[in-house]
Amino acid sequence: MSSHLKSNVIPPSRQREVPRTGMTWIGQSMKRVEDPRILSGKGGYIDDVAVPGMAHAAMVSSPHAHARIVSIDTSKAKALPGVIGVYTGEDLATVADPCPSFAAPPITQHAISVGKVRHVGEVVAAVVAEDRYIAEDAAELVEVEWEILPPNVDLEVAAAAAGDALLHPDDRDSNVALDESFSFGDVDQHFAEAHTVVKRRLRWQRSSAQAIETCGVVAQFDPFKGGYTIHSNSNFYNFIPFVIGGSLRVSPGELRIIPVLTGGSFGSKVFNHKIIILTAGLARLAGVPVKYIEDRLEHFTNSDSHGSDRLYDAELAMAEDGTFTSLRFTVMDDYGAYLQFGVGTHGNAMAQVTGPYQIQSFGMRVMAVLTNKTQQGPYRGFGSEVTNWVMERMVDAAAEELGRDPVALREQNMIQPDQFPYMIPTGNIYDSGNFQKVLEEAKTMFDFDGWRSKARAMRAKGRCVGVGLATCMERSVYGPTEWWSLNNKETPGFTLTSTPEGITVRLDPSGKMFVTLNSPMVGNSPETVVAQILAERLTIAPEDIVFNYSDSQSGFNGVGPQGSRFTAMIAGACVSASIKLEEKLKRFGAHMLQRRPEDVELRNGAVAVKGLKDQEKAFGEIALTSSFFRLSFPDGEEFDSGIETTAVYDHPLSTDPAEDRSHLGIFYPIVGHICHIVAVEVDPGTGKVEILDYTAVHDNGTMVNPRTLAGQVWGGTANGIGTTLSEVFEYDEDGQFTNPNFAEFAMPTANEMPRNFKLGHVETPSPYTEYGIKGGGEGGRLGAPSALTSAIEDALSDRGVKIASLPVTPPILRGLIRDAEQAATG
Amino acid sequence: MTGNQFTEGGTNMTKVSFKVTVNGRAREATVPPRMLLSDFIRQELSLPGTHVGCEHGVCGSCNVIVDGQAVRSCLMFAVQVEGSEITTVEGLTQGDALHPIQQAFWEEHGLQCGFCTPGMLATAQELLAQNPDPTDDEIREAISGNLCRCTGYEFIISAIRSAAVKLRETDTETTPQPV
Repeated sequence: MSSHLKSNVIPPSRQREVPRTGMTWIGQSMKRVEDPRILSGKGGYIDDVAVPGMAHAAMVSSPHAHARIVSIDTSKAKALPGVIGVYTGEDLATVADPCPSFAAPPITQHAISVGKVRHVGEVVAAVVAEDRYIAEDAAELVEVEWEILPPNVDLEVAAAAAGDALLHPDDRDSNVALDESFSFGDVDQHFAEAHTVVKRRLRWQRSSAQAIETCGVVAQFDPFKGGYTIHSNSNFYNFIPFVIGGSLRVSPGELRIIPVLTGGSFGSKVFNHKIIILTAGLARLAGVPVKYIEDRLEHFTNSDSHGSDRLYDAELAMAEDGTFTSLRFTVMDDYGAYLQFGVGTHGNAMAQVTGPYQIQSFGMRVMAVLTNKTQQGPYRGFGSEVTNWVMERMVDAAAEELGRDPVALREQNMIQPDQFPYMIPTGNIYDSGNFQKVLEEAKTMFDFDGWRSKARAMRAKGRCVGVGLATCMERSVYGPTEWWSLNNKETPGFTLTSTPEGITVRLDPSGKMFVTLNSPMVGNSPETVVAQILAERLTIAPEDIVFNYSDSQSGFNGVGPQGSRFTAMIAGACVSASIKLEEKLKRFGAHMLQRRPEDVELRNGAVAVKGLKDQEKAFGEIALTSSFFRLSFPDGEEFDSGIETTAVYDHPLSTDPAEDRSHLGIFYPIVGHICHIVAVEVDPGTGKVEILDYTAVHDNGTMVNPRTLAGQVWGGTANGIGTTLSEVFEYDEDGQFTNPNFAEFAMPTANEMPRNFKLGHVETPSPYTEYGIKGGGEGGRLGAPSALTSAIEDALSDRGVKIASLPVTPPILRGLIRDAEQAATG
Repeated sequence: MTGNQFTEGGTNMTKVSFKVTVNGRAREATVPPRMLLSDFIRQELSLPGTHVGCEHGVCGSCNVIVDGQAVRSCLMFAVQVEGSEITTVEGLTQGDALHPIQQAFWEEHGLQCGFCTPGMLATAQELLAQNPDPTDDEIREAISGNLCRCTGYEFIISAIRSAAVKLRETDTETTPQPV
């Protein structure tokens, strides 16, 4: 281990339930608990919420990328019958302060802009009216006078801009909001001693999750209670009050956030703080409950969830035999107009930046550049999908320069199964893994050698067929240091270190088990997962469990589904709750059986005497007796009536960053591994890529429900296929966002998906989480772009086409082919 | 259709009355002519199972069955369905039981967040009414007008394939039940 990591001591495991085979419920592809109500149309999404007296909001949005607001005339809009009020940024500022910013130093963002606009789609006024039709009519009548400012569209140009082109001239004299350099280990020495250094300039362009449901809020203000009641499809409703209470000028306890079933997130609904502040502020101003649901255009242009948009200058240092020794890069990231989460997406990438390889040191300069685009937010991978692609591009480049087989070069540098837990140069650890086994499984399933010779033969006949393979990491169970660890160490800002997940379990006198969750359902399977784990741990039937979701006032700790954390974290909470419940059940049950607690055990939903078949009390009978017949038990507080517990699980394994940032600590340690292999054919005349065959093998530790995990992998892979082949946000030179709709932003349909998709699993349990579970919500998108890019390059290898930028849409790829043809013919 | 004067949107707009059968139940309605069918179903009829994803006719989440055809309810005005028979996801459910297509989506994990699902179910219903034994490519083609961001479509295709078998085996009546 490099000396810079010596202070980063791995804490002991807190695992209580060891991984094992032959479990009853964990590992079963049980049908989802959530589905019948959703399938029957009774899910209850945000737009299904109606409260008495509710009015509707519509927004007046900026048509300009960068402009000063000279004046706003709302008189015509206000005069329209049915309009309750029209509000500008100055109006909103009378009841709400700017949005929270995790950047350090913060960047001011108002939910309705004040003074100037910084991207197309930014809200400048809002109408509240009796219905949405009237509200939209009125929004059309608001007149704004603008003074156009120079737009910042190009990343490198924006970084050098000055004067009127500065986005935030009151706060900073540059559009570079953060510029930090890091060296983890002896980077300079490793590069100085390297036999070969491979260099590449790599570009990853902007897109976003675009869940089919947009973001929305229903908010009401009660001046007599002094607080707000808010329905929101945020992923993060138990935490949000602490983030936005200040903006809404109430204490967190005066915000009651009620969750709803959420129509997809993929990161895009993780916070949703701006739309909550906006709608809540309007409700307070208008004096009526207000509903605001983004339309699709607003979701594209104002939802603050654009994905990474990065330019890398990357270098990989190698010894003569191809052993990787160090990786370093300079990365510029186009964050758009604001910096709500600082450079959290780069913090995230530090969890696994060196991939599955043994690389001794890593160095980085990261620059967050502000431009006149909608700001970034999370999108499945949260920045690690990009570094996975960069790492795999660099390995393919190294193989090419060394004349080595790319798979053999990967195998040579891979971390070996006996090296876990493995600490990478940034200080994060990989808890467990068997990358070689995953690779072998994938190669076998795909018939890798067969396909490679077949592709070669097809290329010899003039067809552009190629095979690509990627071996990538899938970090899970995030720790919050990713949000702040790359901030300037003098002003780290927001330094949370805990991501707890809680659960409340009550055994009803009827025998049903009522479970209250503190994180919403966003398309993951929280109820199914909890049903399977509680059934396993408490020997009950999943159908005897009834689910409920707390609101932010009635609930307990919850951080929500993000960073592939929920399954592993809620499993921990289930185990904690089960331990407490088991103790209670045994105490009451043993008394009823006239035994000692140590002589009884849990068996098929009953407390039973060890070794005796018929001596048992069903949980329902115990709950009934303890709830309604208190006098059947001794007179001590340990027999207080009812069987109920609330339990919490804190992050299983994290350490603080070194004060001097020589390492970042352990923050994302439960790490899965994935291998994607794909065969493609490119039509050189059109640049269209057809996927001929696809295999994905994932190792997410112990699987709770293989079918729902498969759904995550396939869905993530579809996102990754879109990222690689079709999805990109296009901006013209004026900063106009030219394709913000589903017709022109081309997400994959069923027709774009591979016909022959094979999915395999390897299970290397985590030694740190309960049952050895790892998260698996992002893996598809963490692997697909790398494998597809390699396959396309292989398909076009005879034509000398190199891919250094994603996506490669048909016109882009056709352009690369044309350029290569022209270069070849001179 | 009959009309009465109504002021909305700053202009005189005549509300229009019409009759329509929704999920087997006869309804009479009087709405502004510009009201979208999707808003009519969700707000006027209080049937929130029909979801609005893009409001520009691409995603297919708002698909409902109008006179046997799956249509985008965000691209129709409510008044255009006068005299029609409409089935929404609420009408697919048969009393307390899921329809075989819904059952197949449950068994095959054909949904995650469920937002696109009502539209997928409508498209599947139309497909299977016209083609009781579709190939995978025919299923793919049929649902290629419905966007799903969660599933990658694999399990939706499995679900429709399985639903076809169920429907052929049971010869289930697919006419809507009153809700």
